[in-house]
Amino acid sequence: MNEESTAVDIAPRNPQQALPGDNSTAAPPGAYDIERIRADFPILKQKVYGKPLVYLDNGASAQKPQHVLDAMNEAYETYYSNVHRGVHWTSQASTESFEGSRKKVAAFLNAASENEIIFTRGATEAINLVAASWGGANLNPGDEVILSHMEHHSNIVPWQILRQQKGIELKIVPIDDDGNFLFDEYEKMLSEKTKMVAVTHVSNALGTIVPVEDVIRLAHDKGALVLLDGCQAVPHMAVDVQALDADFYVFSGHKLYGPTGIGVLWGREDLLNAMPPYQSGGDMISSVTFEKTTFKKSPHRFEAGTPAIVEAIGLGAALDYVGAIGLGNISAHEQGVLQYASERLQAVEGLRIIGQAREKASIVSFVIDGIHAHDLGTFVDRAGVAVRVGHHCAQPVMERYGIAATARASFGLYNTRNEVDVLTDALTDAKEFFG
Amino acid sequence: MFDELRDLYQEVILDHGKSPRNFRHLENATCLAHGNNPICGDMLVVYLTLDDDGRITDVAFQGEGCAISMASASMMTEILKGKTRDEAKRLYEGFHDMCTKDGFDLSELGDFDEDAIDRLKMLSGVREFPIRVKCATLAWHTMQAAVDGEQEISTE
Repeated sequence: MNEESTAVDIAPRNPQQALPGDNSTAAPPGAYDIERIRADFPILKQKVYGKPLVYLDNGASAQKPQHVLDAMNEAYETYYSNVHRGVHWTSQASTESFEGSRKKVAAFLNAASENEIIFTRGATEAINLVAASWGGANLNPGDEVILSHMEHHSNIVPWQILRQQKGIELKIVPIDDDGNFLFDEYEKMLSEKTKMVAVTHVSNALGTIVPVEDVIRLAHDKGALVLLDGCQAVPHMAVDVQALDADFYVFSGHKLYGPTGIGVLWGREDLLNAMPPYQSGGDMISSVTFEKTTFKKSPHRFEAGTPAIVEAIGLGAALDYVGAIGLGNISAHEQGVLQYASERLQAVEGLRIIGQAREKASIVSFVIDGIHAHDLGTFVDRAGVAVRVGHHCAQPVMERYGIAATARASFGLYNTRNEVDVLTDALTDAKEFFG
Repeated sequence: MFDELRDLYQEVILDHGKSPRNFRHLENATCLAHGNNPICGDMLVVYLTLDDDGRITDVAFQGEGCAISMASASMMTEILKGKTRDEAKRLYEGFHDMCTKDGFDLSELGDFDEDAIDRLKMLSGVREFPIRVKCATLAWHTMQAAVDGEQEISTE
């Protein structure tokens, strides 16, 4: 644990404020106070089957701190209205809070401008947006898009659909037995035909951190753009899209302690403004006549219809919360838990960790000889432990290792070594139970 | 904790899960179907040989899945041998109801041997584990698809 880290202390919002929108406050210095952090998450007080909930499925979705719940409730209770429309107080207040969240996302990613932040339903929609809009306008038969072998289905299928529509080729960067991205193979695949490299920043099935700086540098040498799927990265490490020199970056809010139904597409402003609309309707047009419609610039060009207003406000609150703790501190804490989990799990007889890349973030996938992952999942559930079992929407990864399913423990900022012990004990019991 | 789990994982089920019966390719199968539960990754093939009267003379399966799906498939193959196409369908429907409907008693099917019914009842524990119902019913869905002449089913 990092001694120099800070605890969470976000002052409650003052509902008497004239206009909401900026609820960020600085956190005081202090140790990484795990008990205080856990107390911020109401669900962690729950018992399941009479046992404390041990929530180790953060890779699928993370729990929400009180700060996020309060921000969303406050919005609905005190200033909610539609955005970008009204002259009345509530509409101005809602617009300010909603757009305030966009600024927070821009700061979170160190984007050059909040105009580069597009709210989507989630990362899936963000990738679909880029594939359909940018890909539809810029790709031609024979052009190549490079993916990695450890992509989530959401970063495979949109490109396959584009392949059908546009006759492009997909190239897949292989991984080694430990789950490392094979950089040499990637380098060989790049050519003048490469127009897009769409890869995950952190693998959801294996935990591998992909060396994205080098991926981007080589892609740009060939004139290709790079989209990074940051769903499993942003909860665990600081991301600076300008330092990375990325072109598109996507993530979902609900894995970052925010609500469901909200995600982010970041893209370079010049790219976004050159892209055609994805969906069309209200709020994304400059003017409409039956002869001709002109479209707004980014981000509004890509946000047709009433957006997920309160979800965006909730995401902003989640960023405040994470920012108050500090991603450096979160990362240090989680790396400690990850290392402890890897050691403890490896000591369980017959257990094999799938994915032992050199650089990993907060995920341990594993199988146990003779016990199917689903039986493990059901068994540890009765000990109060929530883990994901299955193919993790990454079937090519399962195929690569010749397995149908794994169990996966994925850690968040509130998980402890003690919880790792509960999981390990439950797995040891499972060995005995299933013989 | 073990007691509740024992309702689901009875010894007989664990035994069938570990050493499934009739786990083989059936050379002379007259019908077969692939079953697939994409959420779990469970996959199996059910083979049947039906004679001219529509009676099941042999039945076998192959595949990969959790203890529940393997045990259910294994126990199904033991029970179906010698049954007619119509009897198989009634057992399929009865088994499905047993896994999904509270208070359903498989014995109400009548005119099946008690041993067979009692063995099937061992899987009724899945009712308390809703997410596992599809594991138990996959083999039966696949068998019914094979008998109906379908090649592939998915329980997603």
